[in-house]
Amino acid sequence: MNRFLWPLLGFLVLVGFLAFGLTLKPSEVPSPFIDKPAPGFTLPQLAAPEKTFSPEEMKGQVWLLNIWASWCYACLQEHPVITDLARSVPIVGLNYKDKRDEAVAWLERFGNGYIVSASDTDGRIGINYGVYGVPETFVIDKAGFIRYKHIGPVDEKTARDTLLPLIRELSR
Amino acid sequence: MKRWWLILLCAVIAAPVWAADRAAEERMLNIASELRCLVCQNESIAASRADLAVDLRQQIREQIRGGQTDQEIRAYMVDRYGDFILYRPPLQATTILLWFGPLLLLVFGLLVLTLTLRHRMRSMTDRLLSDEERKRAEALLKPNNIPD
Repeated sequence: MNRFLWPLLGFLVLVGFLAFGLTLKPSEVPSPFIDKPAPGFTLPQLAAPEKTFSPEEMKGQVWLLNIWASWCYACLQEHPVITDLARSVPIVGLNYKDKRDEAVAWLERFGNGYIVSASDTDGRIGINYGVYGVPETFVIDKAGFIRYKHIGPVDEKTARDTLLPLIRELSR
Repeated sequence: MKRWWLILLCAVIAAPVWAADRAAEERMLNIASELRCLVCQNESIAASRADLAVDLRQQIREQIRGGQTDQEIRAYMVDRYGDFILYRPPLQATTILLWFGPLLLLVFGLLVLTLTLRHRMRSMTDRLLSDEERKRAEALLKPNNIPD
């Protein structure tokens, strides 16, 4: 009896570990930026390249920084949710490694909820924000600190259960 | 004639490598080979062809040119992408099991082995043959029993 009990027990422990492993998402790497100040930058605006945007301008309000690109399929997937969110919170777009005319056309075609989009043509600002896949969404508080990072497309559930409550709390 | 074209083509392909500083390039690859590409996590930044890896290699090149030490470049990457980017994670409270887990398993294995062997030794006692068994053995061992 004992001969079979121990291997069986070991097997069950292994199954437990593996089952737990299945619930993890290895593609979502914890960001070292949480609760750190959002890196500063000054980039030309997508719609009006002669003007610039800098995160400094958003001080005093809770806002989202959404990294997007016209070549990114998942961005299109989350776009309606982002546009919907834009009614409750100001969202700044960081147009990541994109061609200007294609990005402008994309916004014209699918709608533009961003208060402004900044052009990160060579992806350098993206690197400063530790971006490794678009889309990514940062929640930034009134003091300019990053409070949350969502990797991958934002779905309705994430927007409703995670982002909006957090934004509400931070806005208080 | 044909061969000249081939040599010229090779030269064109190799030109960027010759032009770049060989030592700096080697240093870059050395650093990049110990950094995880976050897009395709089982590849190093040195080996990956993902866009992000290309950008990060360029970033390392520029930092080498700017006179940064290897340590500073690694710190730059960790600041942005976290410890996860390091294939050789630092020793800290959360990674103790990762670093010493294998040793722990080895000790556990040796313990089980010793216990099992000792248990087996104890259960093994010399047993004498019974009379009947001895007769059978003698019959089997008799030289004329072996066929030629």
